[in-house]
Amino acid sequence: MKTEKASLLVKGNEAIALGAMAAGCECYFAYPITPQSEIPEMLSRILVEAGGEFVQAESEIAAANMLLGATACGKRAMTSSSSPGISLKQEAISYMAGSQLPAVIVNVCRGGPGLGSIDPSQGDYYQSTRGGGHGDYRTLTLAPASCQEAYDQTIQAFDLAFRYRNPVVVLGDAILGQMKEPIQAWKERAIQDSRGLSWSLSGARGRKPRLLKSLYLSDGALAGHNRLLQEKYQAMRVECDWEAYKTDDAELIIVAFGSMGRISKSAVRQLRERGLPVGLFRPITLFPFPDEPLAKLAEEGKRFLTIENNAGQMVDDVRLAVRRQSDSELYSVLPGILANPTDLLEPIQRVLHT
Amino acid sequence: MLQEEQQVFSPPEALVDTPTHFCPGCHHGIVHRLVAEVLDRLRVAQDTICVASVGCSVFIYNYLHVDAVEAPHGRAAAVATGVRRARPESIVFTYQGDGDLAAIGLAEILYTANRGENMTVVFVNNTVYGMTGGQLAPTTMVGQKTTTSQQGRRFETDGAPLRMAEIIAGLPGTVYSARVAVDTVQHIKKARKVLLKGFTNQVENRGFSFVEFLSACPTNWRLSPLEANERVGKELIRAFPLGIFKDQESGGPDTESRRSE
Amino acid sequence: MYQDVIIAGFGGQGVMLIGNVVAFAAMEQKLRVTFMPVYGVEMRGGTANCTVVISDEEIGSPIIFSPQTSILMNQPSVEKFQSRLEDGGVQLVNASIVDADLLEQDRIRTISVPANELADELGSVKMANMVMLGAWLQATGCLPLKAVQAALGQVFGEHNARLIPLNQKGLERGAAFVASQAERPVL
Ligand SMILES: Cc1ncc(C[n+]2csc(CCOP(=O)(O)OP(=O)(O)O)c2C)c(N)n1
Repeated sequence: MKTEKASLLVKGNEAIALGAMAAGCECYFAYPITPQSEIPEMLSRILVEAGGEFVQAESEIAAANMLLGATACGKRAMTSSSSPGISLKQEAISYMAGSQLPAVIVNVCRGGPGLGSIDPSQGDYYQSTRGGGHGDYRTLTLAPASCQEAYDQTIQAFDLAFRYRNPVVVLGDAILGQMKEPIQAWKERAIQDSRGLSWSLSGARGRKPRLLKSLYLSDGALAGHNRLLQEKYQAMRVECDWEAYKTDDAELIIVAFGSMGRISKSAVRQLRERGLPVGLFRPITLFPFPDEPLAKLAEEGKRFLTIENNAGQMVDDVRLAVRRQSDSELYSVLPGILANPTDLLEPIQRVLHT
Repeated sequence: MLQEEQQVFSPPEALVDTPTHFCPGCHHGIVHRLVAEVLDRLRVAQDTICVASVGCSVFIYNYLHVDAVEAPHGRAAAVATGVRRARPESIVFTYQGDGDLAAIGLAEILYTANRGENMTVVFVNNTVYGMTGGQLAPTTMVGQKTTTSQQGRRFETDGAPLRMAEIIAGLPGTVYSARVAVDTVQHIKKARKVLLKGFTNQVENRGFSFVEFLSACPTNWRLSPLEANERVGKELIRAFPLGIFKDQESGGPDTESRRSE
Repeated sequence: MYQDVIIAGFGGQGVMLIGNVVAFAAMEQKLRVTFMPVYGVEMRGGTANCTVVISDEEIGSPIIFSPQTSILMNQPSVEKFQSRLEDGGVQLVNASIVDADLLEQDRIRTISVPANELADELGSVKMANMVMLGAWLQATGCLPLKAVQAALGQVFGEHNARLIPLNQKGLERGAAFVASQAERPVL
């Protein structure tokens, strides 16, 4: 339900918290870490006031497992963290993928490896799109680039999680988390019926007991389970989403996601003003990756330059997508460096003119 | 004249009528049955959500007629916290081994107890990692030989066994903490009473209850079922005294633990 | 319409506050706006800064290396940001505490505002940030002074409502100072 509301000037982290509220999130579990602490700080107030459950857990491990328990009951539930904490959550995410639980996990990514820094980074692209933990599984991954998208995509994350009974990752970074922009908080909070679901746990009164598990020991059972999961991941491809900006008449297409997508857009605009034929392709879903539209652009003879705030991760997916006709160059802004449009102008022109 | 037959004994309804995968002489089966009896007695099986842990008891959901979810190794108490918060009206219990609860899951169990989550924890202490082949556990006794302490546990290098029921009793959030054994009929009867109390507390919304069961593991102890059972009475109870270490109306910041028996 | 600005100064000079006020006022004027603070480790070093971008079109980067304008409240900020200002850009400098010898005059345009003195005259040196913001508004003509004064009410909240009139005066004082220096907006 869309309602016309006054704009709010909020940080990306706050937009995520507001999105979770609007989506009807009833349980939230987390452990503090910069640069996402505004999410638990805000939810500790507004979620509790709305009658929801807020637990500051003893660790990210515990928080992710609380999420496992709450989603097993069919509740809309969420955890959020930043890179080191997301590493700790991976075991539970793997279990939730295996047990087909609709969890929402927000990663406001920071520089790594190790303790790294609290600077913006896109270093967790592989982790988010390849599963991240053990076993052959995938998490749907959304990459918002503005505070409005952070709000909208958090709502969407809950819908997708339940549509596919699968963990969904919202992958932002410190720029998105700390930046303020006006948003339209268009959605009224509505609570989903968690008992009406065919799989959720509530006690077996009047029905057969239900079991949510990821252990499959009997002959052939695990292969069957994995087949089912893989079919599900294939089915998710209809969710592919992206933004194409001035790609039609471009010779060179910049591929960049999240904050880097925005920064690249400014660079593309400046180069367009100088008459240079460049465009931007910004994947919004990172898994499933929008490879078909990229392949189509490759068929049209475009060239590609992937720009990332990491050492080059998404470029693998771009290369796979365009491999039949083309390839992609890489411009890497290493975590620890704050990217800006000016720094991108020269590398883009260099690739354009080769 | 023939007396009409009278049924004096029947298996609990909450227990699935099927052979278990446990080794001969293992006490997990007895503890499963006690859980089923208590759920029946309180008429709550249909309201119960069981959180299974990783260890020999992972298949508990095959043996109880209840909703269940599987937790990662050590994380059952955190998963149960999520379930508890999502379903305040359900009966929630975890069933965990000593490796699971007292080693990898120590933080989760302490914090769950300390938050006073209204739930029941069934803790089965067999002094070894049963499922993975009998390695040193946090509850292995000093001197006890395991596959990873082949000269016997040495305090100097491995520390001393953790007495979980006492540790949990010391936390303000806990309302009830006890240790029982199932090696004799008398002990089983007592254990049933204690477990009933542990679940009744939850039905009455009192808070966090913890029941530790001393259990035999003949396979990994390299003993016959009878010898293993005897060892519980002779050695384990000496290292892990039976008793109720805390029993009160409700949890709270200023509660004291006490010791009976 | 497009306008960006980097605002920098000591922690405690109210740099983030005036960034927020501008962003809020821009939103109320139905413009697009981004407010990007530096945060965490970088902030503890002493200088705080934020970047505000205002536009009537969708905004690309919220991070700007070479801004069109800057508000520099102290010496370290001038040292850090003056050379980054785009050619022909305008910097507003708190002349009360910045060494005038450091200021460039040819490549860029510098407006020196004795912000601490002007604020002092109003009764509180804490108003220096508002004086600087008022000066910037006058110099750029980017948002109506009235709109920014109105935004103070929203940003301050009830708790600090009593501070609003003085802050509004600070904005007026800064704007008047620049108006007295130049006939028209310098941008
Ligand atoms: C993260 C992780 N580490 C290790 C294991 C392997 N593992 C499975 S069960 C177990 C220990 C079980 O021992 P305990 O909890 O004492 O239960 P028991 O089998 O004795 O009943 C271990 C270490 C695992 N499954 N996951």
